[in-house]
Amino acid sequence: MSTPTADVVVTGLGATTPLGGDVASTWEALLAGRSGVSRLTDDWVKEFPAQLVARLTSEPAETLDRVRTRRLDRSQQVAVVAAEEAWRDAAGADSGVAPERIAVVFGTGIGGALTLLGQDDILEEKGPKRVSPFTIPMLMPNGPAAAVGLAVGARAGVHAPVSACASGAEAIRWGLDLLRLGRADMVVVGGTEACVHPLPMAGFAAMRAMSTRNDEPERASRPFDKGRDGFVLGEGAAALVLERADAAQARGATIYARLAGAAGTSDGYDLVAPHPEGEGAARAIGAAIRDAGLTPADIGHVNAHATSTPLGDTAEATAIRDAIGDHTLVTATKSQTGHLLGAAGALESVFAILALRDQIVPATANLDDLDDNPAVHALDIVRREPRKATFSAALNDSFGFGGHNMALVFTTV
Amino acid sequence: MPSTADIQAGLAEILEEVAGVTPADATPEKSFTEDLDVDSLSMVEIATAVEDKFGVAIPDDELANIKTVGDAMSYIEKNQ
Repeated sequence: MSTPTADVVVTGLGATTPLGGDVASTWEALLAGRSGVSRLTDDWVKEFPAQLVARLTSEPAETLDRVRTRRLDRSQQVAVVAAEEAWRDAAGADSGVAPERIAVVFGTGIGGALTLLGQDDILEEKGPKRVSPFTIPMLMPNGPAAAVGLAVGARAGVHAPVSACASGAEAIRWGLDLLRLGRADMVVVGGTEACVHPLPMAGFAAMRAMSTRNDEPERASRPFDKGRDGFVLGEGAAALVLERADAAQARGATIYARLAGAAGTSDGYDLVAPHPEGEGAARAIGAAIRDAGLTPADIGHVNAHATSTPLGDTAEATAIRDAIGDHTLVTATKSQTGHLLGAAGALESVFAILALRDQIVPATANLDDLDDNPAVHALDIVRREPRKATFSAALNDSFGFGGHNMALVFTTV
Repeated sequence: MPSTADIQAGLAEILEEVAGVTPADATPEKSFTEDLDVDSLSMVEIATAVEDKFGVAIPDDELANIKTVGDAMSYIEKNQ
């Protein structure tokens, strides 16, 4: 028996997003420059300062059977849809890996908010006896991970990192650790979010974090642009299947990329505001590059977190410039997908992997006037149309309220 | 007063809605957990739906004694 190596590869991808119901359609729409953002028309939204969302293109109920749909919160439904696509893509069911060696790490930023709020309405209107017995499993933040675990039959452990908008990226890092430590042979990792509802919308709007460019939905998410005024809330999920390279090769799996390195830091600065120079972000990026055994010069592409908030984008640009330099091709795909919160890091890792595979960097939409910040000016941010390039390493970074910073490095095999 | 057949049909409808049970499978001798794969949380949902549909209250200690579709049918008949 060969000794397991620490080399970890990606053998399956899945996603359901505001750009498409699977990975292929999402990637195609991204490269075509399509926007997933629209304006809500519900009655409740009329009083709201921020009325834009990036909704799924495919309802999860089209994929899942009716009973499963009933018992899962929307955040869990989309997690299962994405994870099942990744699992099929990796031919996980035919891998011969024992369930006791299959693990799941799936994060969410908010959890089952739609269930919590919907059941609270029932409690108020009809009383405690009418509250669903599935309320708790549907709202608990480990619910998506548990639902994915059931879907793929994972028995090596099911884990649910919760670090706001870094949750999806943190899940990928945990998956890498599990494989490096030999605690599992296959890990389904990812992130999910589905919280389009008046309360989260009002809460984010009260923080002045959301774009109020209500009359121009497709132009509202504009990372690094001078006119940016906040993020657009998106919903969806993305998933990856990770395994050791030797095992993947032995079973003849299709390998998308290596997950070469990962790192996380915390700002220790403020509960929600990013450090203005992105100090913790830069440390995470630098540590992930070292963990991958690379140097900053090797990083040819960065899929930035860039949510289109005034403070966040400039802090991140500073971190990228300081930790990597100005040679790397940066893109901000939230300009088209909106911000999928706990799913963002997973979805943008899928994008970074496909960018590596196809040797193309998607464009940042709506970047008309670069922010005056010197770091933003220093970076080579791809805009107007995707750019063909030759690169062998791509980095995805993600940051979350709470001062969480994550960075992941993928390389060609 | 609904007939026994009406009760069976109504129960089958609830089982299909809540637990995805094929209506033809909802016959009196079937055990909810053993035969129809209905878990404990779904039983609570089914009890609530039965209370709504047939206007019978099912306290928790009574629910624990309802093991088969037939048990449910006779409980509904008796308590309506």
